[in-house]
Amino acid sequence: MNLMRFKGLPILKQLHIEEQLLRTSSENWCIINDGTNDPTIVMGVSGKPAELLEIESVLRDQVPVIRRFTGGGTVIVDPGTIFVTFICNKEAVPDLQPYPRPIMSWSSSLYSKVFQGIGDFHLRENDYVFGNHKFGGNAQSITKTKWIHHTSFLWDFDVRNMAYLKLPKRAPAYRSARGHLDFICRLKDYMSRSTFIDKTVEAARTQFLLRSFELGTIENCSETEFRPSTRFLTNEELEAAAVAGQ
Amino acid sequence: MALRMWASSTANALKISCASKPYLSLSRCFSTVLDGLKYAESHEWVKHEGSVATIGITDHAQDHLGEVVFVELPEPGGSVSKGKGFGAVESVKATSDVNSPISGEIVEVNSKLSEAPGLINSSPYEEGWMIKVKPSSSSELESLMGSKEYTKFCEEEDASH
Repeated sequence: MNLMRFKGLPILKQLHIEEQLLRTSSENWCIINDGTNDPTIVMGVSGKPAELLEIESVLRDQVPVIRRFTGGGTVIVDPGTIFVTFICNKEAVPDLQPYPRPIMSWSSSLYSKVFQGIGDFHLRENDYVFGNHKFGGNAQSITKTKWIHHTSFLWDFDVRNMAYLKLPKRAPAYRSARGHLDFICRLKDYMSRSTFIDKTVEAARTQFLLRSFELGTIENCSETEFRPSTRFLTNEELEAAAVAGQ
Repeated sequence: MALRMWASSTANALKISCASKPYLSLSRCFSTVLDGLKYAESHEWVKHEGSVATIGITDHAQDHLGEVVFVELPEPGGSVSKGKGFGAVESVKATSDVNSPISGEIVEVNSKLSEAPGLINSSPYEEGWMIKVKPSSSSELESLMGSKEYTKFCEEEDASH
C-alpha cells in the first residue's frame, strides 16, 4: 500500500487525487491530510444544498462548497480536520466483501487499534464516536474492482462554522435530533494530532506493507486524461438551489 | 431477502472463533433469483424481450447495499458497453457503480427512480428496473449466467467471505 502524507492540502485537490486513484490506479493507497487550508463545505454526491446548507450565510460569507464523488453527508472542514483515506483493490483485504457495511466494519476494526483504551470509541451506525458524540464521518465509493473509504476526523473545529450547516433530514437515529454542538466532539480532547496520525499509520502497517509515495510521482506518471466529477458549486448554482428549494 | 449474520453472533452459533476478523459478514444467498433473466458477476440482471433488454441490479445486490437513497442514471440516446459503468446507486454512505451486462443503445431510463430510489430495494426486478437498452450483440447476452448459475455464484461468493 502506498502511503501519501500531506499537511494543509486543499480539500478539492485531495478529493481529485483520490478520485483519480480510485478510477485509474491498480494499486492500494492510504492518504493522510493533516488539516486543509480554508474552511470548505463538502457535500456528498447527492446532497441538496437547500436542504443541507444555510445558503444565504454561505453566499454572504463566500464559503466554498464542494460536491464530492462519494456518498454520505455534509461536513465543513478546515485546518482542524484530519483526513484519512483508504483506496483498496477488492482483494486487498482478505475475506472482505466489497459492500458498504463490511467495509465500514473493517475500518472500525482498524481504528479500534488506534483508540484502544481511549474514550469509549466505537462505530455507531456509520459514524466514529466517543460514547455518543461523533468525531469522525465516513463516506465510500465502490467500483467494479476497487473501493475507497475516507474519513474526516474532527480533531478540532470552529463552532461558528457549524452555523452554515442545517440539521440534516437524514440523520442517524442515535443523533436524537441533537444540534451540531451537542452531537459532535473534538478528537483533541483525547489525543494529539501527531499521536493520532502515527497510531493510524501503525494500525495500517499491521495489515499492509506501507511504502511512502510522493505526490509528484503520481503527477509525473499520469498519462490518463481523467476528469474528476468532484467540483465546486458555483454561486449561481447555490442561488438557483435556494430559489428552487433543492 | 438474504439472511445476514454478523461474524460474532455466527461464531457463537457455530462455536467457531473469528475474533481476528470482526468485519466478516456471513450471509447465505436467500436472495430472490428469477428464472428467465440473465445475470452478470457484478450482480446486474438483464431481461431480453424482443428488441429491448431491461437492466437492473439483483435482489442480492440491493440487500448487500442497504437502503438506496439516490440513483444516478444516464440519458436516453447514450450507449452502454458490456462490463462498464453506466450509473450508480447511493446507499448508507456509499456510491456503488452499476455496470452494464451488455452493450447497446439506451432507449429508456426509469425516471421513477429519481423520486423513489427505494424501488430498487422493494422491487429490484420489476419497478426498480434502471435502463432499457437495444442490444448490439446477441452473443453478449448468451455469455451471461442463467438463474441456477447465478444462485450458485452468490452462494460461493458469500461463503468465501
